[in-house]
Amino acid sequence: MIYDQIVPAGEAWMRTVSAGQTMRIVDLEGNQAVDTLFYNANNTEERYSAVDTIRAQRNIYLTTGTALRSNLGATLLTIVDDTCGRHDTLGGACSAESNTVRYALDRRYMHSCRDNFLLALARHDHGLTKRDLPSNINFFMNVPVTPEGGLQFADGISAPGRYVQLRAQMDVLVLISNCPQLNNPCNAYNPTPIQIQIWEAG
Amino acid sequence: MTGTTAHAPPAELWSENLHPGEHWSGVLRRGTTLRITALEPRANVATMMYNYESLPERYNMADTLKAQHTAFLTTGCVCYSDMGRILCSITADSCGWHDTICGLSDAAMVAEKFGASRFQEQRNEFFRNGRDSVLLELGKYGLGTRDLIANINFFSRVTADDAGALHFDAQHCRAGDYVELRFEMHTLLVLATCPHPLDPETRYRPRPIGLRAVVTGPAAAQDPCRLRCEENARGFRNTEMMFPA
Repeated sequence: MIYDQIVPAGEAWMRTVSAGQTMRIVDLEGNQAVDTLFYNANNTEERYSAVDTIRAQRNIYLTTGTALRSNLGATLLTIVDDTCGRHDTLGGACSAESNTVRYALDRRYMHSCRDNFLLALARHDHGLTKRDLPSNINFFMNVPVTPEGGLQFADGISAPGRYVQLRAQMDVLVLISNCPQLNNPCNAYNPTPIQIQIWEAG
Repeated sequence: MTGTTAHAPPAELWSENLHPGEHWSGVLRRGTTLRITALEPRANVATMMYNYESLPERYNMADTLKAQHTAFLTTGCVCYSDMGRILCSITADSCGWHDTICGLSDAAMVAEKFGASRFQEQRNEFFRNGRDSVLLELGKYGLGTRDLIANINFFSRVTADDAGALHFDAQHCRAGDYVELRFEMHTLLVLATCPHPLDPETRYRPRPIGLRAVVTGPAAAQDPCRLRCEENARGFRNTEMMFPA
């Protein structure tokens, strides 16, 4: 293991994971949404694409065996282990603006994933901006779609200690917001820390 | 008789038809309604939208779906930007379901499904693909790969079963089906008419599309899209802050 870190609730995390390395995200206390984006570290115009991932596997849920596809159709990473069962890529990331729509105008002040993303991109030295925030993955989050086309944020199916493990197929820049949302059950109304571990190729 | 009739048809701004496979882009001003018509069955119109006054603000699939608790679009739904504002409202729809989650075809998929195709042999009948179609339209406005977003596929219906597996409905779109988009802000609209990426048809056969823009004015106080849910009322409020009466 070359990296092992706790990320507190509501904080951003950004790091490059090299091709062949394996990354594990642990839901330490259960039902924590982990909003995640990936970029090709050598060409950040290439990045995770929810719709390309869904289209390629013809399924809306992410789990073991899912190839996480880029906007250019390549595989950025693959999910090699998953003790949660399925992960969301339709629910997107919370923001001050979407909170005003979904809940009430006076929720604008609350901390959000997109604020985390924007600040992390601004601090990063690659010229990435809001244009570079496509639809993300929400690890451990449960957003079922019914055959009739209904969509809801449901209680989580994760539990303390469950994890998802990803192998990088190219050098990837990983951007995470450990979601601070307090207005819906995506975090069981109680955002909690996660653990991130990285292993060398082998 | 004096005055004008209360129900005069809205004034047409322009209309045109898209060739099968054609891509298109243009600006639709606030208060304009665009009718998109499937001139043949089984059409697909991949669609991206951007605030023409501030291009980093653009259609956001997730915000659109979660605000309205739906995975598809139809009459009464609105299309949200990433800024909590409404790009357009769906004011009419004859087919009841438009896909939001399946993305675009690309060159590799089109070559694998339909075979090799080049301009040199086929002239303007050569096979187009969704990603290249929208990329070249985006390029006309200084946008590019970074600006590829999760698109809408008008006229296509794809359902997810309990396990999340997707099923394409080949019978969904009939000739003459239409959808009407009333623009609530000045919007850059990008369209591609390539087949839906999950359409199993083995022959490359995009369909022709009709476009007709009319002046309708923006949403009234009792507009059905505004009243659909409290979320949409707040979305209109956010949008109208940009356009004080």
